[in-house]
Amino acid sequence: MKAKIYVTLKKGVHDPQGEAVLGTLKHLGFKDVKGVRVGKYIELNLDGVPADKARHRIDAMCAKLLANPVIESYSYELD
Amino acid sequence: MKFGVVQFPGSNCDQDCLYVLRKVLKRDARLLWHAAGDLGDVDCVILPGGFSYGDYLRTGAMAAHSPVMRAVSTFADRGGPVLGICNGFQILCEAGLLPGTLIRNKNLQFICEPCALRVERNDTRFTSQYRPGETVSIPIAHQDGHYYIDEAGLERLEKNRQIVFRYTSNPNGSVADIAGIVNEKGNILGMMPHPERASEKILGSEDGLKLWMSLNGS
Repeated sequence: MKAKIYVTLKKGVHDPQGEAVLGTLKHLGFKDVKGVRVGKYIELNLDGVPADKARHRIDAMCAKLLANPVIESYSYELD
Repeated sequence: MKFGVVQFPGSNCDQDCLYVLRKVLKRDARLLWHAAGDLGDVDCVILPGGFSYGDYLRTGAMAAHSPVMRAVSTFADRGGPVLGICNGFQILCEAGLLPGTLIRNKNLQFICEPCALRVERNDTRFTSQYRPGETVSIPIAHQDGHYYIDEAGLERLEKNRQIVFRYTSNPNGSVADIAGIVNEKGNILGMMPHPERASEKILGSEDGLKLWMSLNGS
């Protein structure tokens, strides 16, 4: 099983990287973009781990290391 | 007082700290490897600046879970003084030993320049040699020095008088101009500016030396 984890900045946390990307997109002529938030994508190989257990493990891994709860939230998909 | 300077893979201010402690302050100082399970008989722990673990994932995230940090946490729980400088501050926040976190500078740039700071408190073991409200010059060198904490957290910092240094001209977007904070107990200080780079006249400022002298006398 593979876990696809998305780590994103919480609402209200300033994202200068997203703002810079937005600025450059506008320079390139993509005027219809209203905002950009940059996050992280993490893939975990959890071969052989049952889905229920995988969910618990992913929550623990995100709480301990993969996301910083002060500024980030996360979501994930299993496939 | 015996000082221990932790060396993580990617630390790059460890030798500067050792130099100041040994040659300028003239005290016993040794390196502590990141994989060490105990701190030996040191009386004070320094987490130096640098790019531990290549800043992978988030600054300080990996170092915060290295074996030596378990020992540092126990040492701090017992009241031992811990100073985190720059990457050391980031590590302390990631380890949960200090509140908040450090994020990318508002202007996205790596900023390396002398920086004016106001000493908000001189009743800590790190700042007793300063005058309260004194303005000092200590350089910064970071890309992720923008201190962030939510409003409730900032209120707690202010109420408990945990803010020790503030920028007089905020270079990086830090909440409330914060450059350095202590934990509630007052034995852990994290700061983005580098006192080890301002401890000899030839380097343009000796303002950082008072911090080492305060620690030495605490």
